[in-house]
Amino acid sequence: MTEQTIAQTPEDTRTSPVQSAKHADRTVIKVADMHKWYGTFHVLKGLNLDVKEGERIVICGPSGSGKSTFIRCINRLEEHQRGQIIVDNVELTDDLKQIDTVRKEVGMVFQHFNLFPHLTVLENCCLAPLWVRKVPKREAEASAMEYLERVKIPEQANKYPGQLSGGQQQRVAIARALCMKPKIMLFDEPTSALDPEMIKEVLDVMIELAGSGMTMICVTHEMGFAKTVADRVIFMDEGEIVEVAPPEEFFTNPQEARTQQFLKQILHH
Amino acid sequence: MSLPSELPPRQEIGVIGWVRKNLFSTWYNIVLTLVAAYLVVTSVGPLLNWVFLEATFTGETAADCSGEGACWLFIGQRLNFFIYGFYPDALQWRVDIMFGLLAVAFAPQFIERFPGRKWFGVFGLTGLPLIGYILIPGGWFGLEEVQSSRWGGLMLTLILAYVGILAALPIGTVLALGRRSEMPIIRGLCVVFIEVWRAVPLITVLFMASVMLPLFLPDGVNFEKLMRALIGIILWQSAYMAEVIRGGLQAIPKGQYEAASALGLGYWRKTGLVVLPQALTMVIPGIVNTFISLFKDTTLVLIIGLFDILGAVQSTITDPAWRNVTTEGYVFVAFCFWVFCFGMSRYSQNLERKLDTGHKS
Repeated sequence: MTEQTIAQTPEDTRTSPVQSAKHADRTVIKVADMHKWYGTFHVLKGLNLDVKEGERIVICGPSGSGKSTFIRCINRLEEHQRGQIIVDNVELTDDLKQIDTVRKEVGMVFQHFNLFPHLTVLENCCLAPLWVRKVPKREAEASAMEYLERVKIPEQANKYPGQLSGGQQQRVAIARALCMKPKIMLFDEPTSALDPEMIKEVLDVMIELAGSGMTMICVTHEMGFAKTVADRVIFMDEGEIVEVAPPEEFFTNPQEARTQQFLKQILHH
Repeated sequence: MSLPSELPPRQEIGVIGWVRKNLFSTWYNIVLTLVAAYLVVTSVGPLLNWVFLEATFTGETAADCSGEGACWLFIGQRLNFFIYGFYPDALQWRVDIMFGLLAVAFAPQFIERFPGRKWFGVFGLTGLPLIGYILIPGGWFGLEEVQSSRWGGLMLTLILAYVGILAALPIGTVLALGRRSEMPIIRGLCVVFIEVWRAVPLITVLFMASVMLPLFLPDGVNFEKLMRALIGIILWQSAYMAEVIRGGLQAIPKGQYEAASALGLGYWRKTGLVVLPQALTMVIPGIVNTFISLFKDTTLVLIIGLFDILGAVQSTITDPAWRNVTTEGYVFVAFCFWVFCFGMSRYSQNLERKLDTGHKS
């Protein structure tokens, strides 16, 4: 990717309404009547969702609504107890092989980055390609540098995560996930732990990624981001999906009372 | 325009500043400084006299030790026994080779810029024990066999400690992982093992190994005493090591496991590439503490009739040919232990600094 496109892509995607990459009409994630309990506490109550290839979905909702738990079920960091989750034609069950297959294709970015502090930035990015995908070292490093350039941080490749700022760490975390060349990216509140001046640098990277046609599911409170890139916005409350709508409709004309109240609270300022 | 940087006030810096601040800042500080200085002056002189100035270093027999100072002559005369025990004189070159290899493997570890020092360390942990296993007992490749009952002194101490340390670290790691396993049978076995071995004093373990174990073994099956002691030490030490390492494992944040899982790393890769490197680094002080304590605990083999360095010295100081060399003997033993333990301690600090990436996630 050239210098220019790197600089321009985020700008373009924000000023013009994002052109959805042609959605091949293929469902990559299918969640059907999915339930989850923590002990006796019913966290997720019968969720249904179909995600098409290339679709960008933003999940929002008040804290404790189960949105993080929901996306963590999609790569089985959490187990669901009833219903079905099928990711890229593989159903998530107790079968460890199936889980590994899914995790190879699903990248995840966490609220607290979770970089490996004992490895350099480059090593963080190469670890999974080397050991899971069995890519030769030279190739893994070359591809890692490409992604580090894409998140605009190649000069930090040989530093340790502890030497970077929060925004830089989160961009490395995005690059690390992309190095596995996943088909789907999950973002679990990627900007919530960042200082305000660093949020933009991470969002820019995510917007650029959205423009490239990646299938994304993103739990976030950044409504500007949702308006810019989302194909659909999902509102969750008390373990249920309350409302699903394209962003224009979702923000201007929410149907459900709970959505209206939530939007009133967060858009208040 | 920003303000220019100024030098700190003169009294705060330099030798005088340091002395004023640390030694003479208040009246009780002044008193403490003077008392301490008095004690140092009155004790260092006589100590130097005893250790060096009036000590006897050369000569042949006890009669040459006439001065007021230490009789180091005694150590020199008996050094062979202190280092090799009853190992035959003609074959001691085999032990010397091992001492040499030990130095070659570990001396570079103290020199930051030594090229390829990692490989010297790897040799110390793999090749060195293997060579020792062939060379010291002999009986292979035409090497004359030396029964382990003839081993002794510093050599025996080092063998016990080295093998104990080398075997306990991996076994302890496996036990620690097992204790945190989600599989109830594995977890149960590890818990029982750790709690049983850790609750028994080493002296009891050694006693069991040397006296009780042979009673339970069928006729004809018998290990050497040294081997039995070694197995006892290893199992006992592993239980301790397991708990130290478990402490490190518990300090790894859940996010690290999750990030590794999310990247598709399975249990063993997650453990080997992400969790253990961090956990072990974190508990280096605890691990080395356990090593040092094992190194000193090897002296307990005396009670089952093995002559480690302390045993060797102790059996010699009662020799009527030398009068009153008890202090010299014990000081020598203490010095030997100190050298090795201090070495381990320095090395661990070195390692901690090297592995510190300035970030605890």
